[in-house]
Amino acid sequence: MSGRVLVGVKRVIDYAVKIRVKPDNSGIVTDGVKHSMNPFCEIAVEEAVKMKEKKLIKEVVAVSCGPQQSQETIRTALAMGADRGIHVEVSGKDYETLGPLQVSKIMAALAKKEDAQLIILGKQAIDDDCNQTGQMTAALLDWPQGTFASEVSLEGDKIKVVREIDGGLETIKINTPAVLTADLRLNTPRYATLPNIMKAKKKKIANVKPADLGVDLTSRLEVLRVDEPPQRQAGMKVETVEDLVGKLKESGKV
Amino acid sequence: MANPLRPEVVRLYKNLLYLGREYPKGGDYFRDRLRAAFTKNKWVQEPEQIRALIARGQFVARELEALYYLRKYRAMKKRYYEE
Repeated sequence: MSGRVLVGVKRVIDYAVKIRVKPDNSGIVTDGVKHSMNPFCEIAVEEAVKMKEKKLIKEVVAVSCGPQQSQETIRTALAMGADRGIHVEVSGKDYETLGPLQVSKIMAALAKKEDAQLIILGKQAIDDDCNQTGQMTAALLDWPQGTFASEVSLEGDKIKVVREIDGGLETIKINTPAVLTADLRLNTPRYATLPNIMKAKKKKIANVKPADLGVDLTSRLEVLRVDEPPQRQAGMKVETVEDLVGKLKESGKV
Repeated sequence: MANPLRPEVVRLYKNLLYLGREYPKGGDYFRDRLRAAFTKNKWVQEPEQIRALIARGQFVARELEALYYLRKYRAMKKRYYEE
């Protein structure tokens, strides 16, 4: 047992920013837009840091795949309490086609290299909403998975996970090493305060290339087009009940 | 002579200024009010009184963190959970 936990953190467009689609429908505008850590990744980091504070694990390693700016996201994780970071540098064309499969290959390779006991990820990212990385990582490593976790407790070499499923909760017990994905209600992530961000600058971030891990980043997906959601139609006022019934009949509602 | 509590006050100001960058009404709005609040108590000399004011500032910082957390939590809940 290494007592090492890998936490995946993704740099996404900030949740409060209004997303704009590029005029040629090839993607969304990312230049000059505020980015921050994916909220579900924050929950994953918090869970790992809490485990460390309870001395259940020894080390929390924050991993992010992406361009140079991803290091800021790793810094935020370090400020929240992670011990060190690994920046897997993916830029340019590769970054544009980087999807859950490629990231899970990287995570699986890193888990083997770092001899991790546990991987904690956010259940999904708020930009592509894929909700696949955790599941794929578990499959590639052939590890058990506890997805949509809303409560996690370590019991010896087993983990008890309470999962959020449709219409209720499911409690499962899985062996380590395992992959967990965090749901919204798992915990309350702490704020990365200014003094902690300053302290985090002393922590180390290792730079790794996907090729060093022996990971092939070719994507099998092709984005055909990206569209904005349909605009909500304006409502109208009717004078009388007859009018209302007439309009409803017209639109085929009654 | 510089007040021995001065570094602590400066730290509080920096911390609040940093937190204020995310304020819903904008960082500039927050900064103006923050400056006004600190300027108002510029001439306070009593160490006891200064400590009380620092505690108040730290309370405001905690409230801001809670505000940001709730705002994010609600946005996520509205986007991904129907109830």
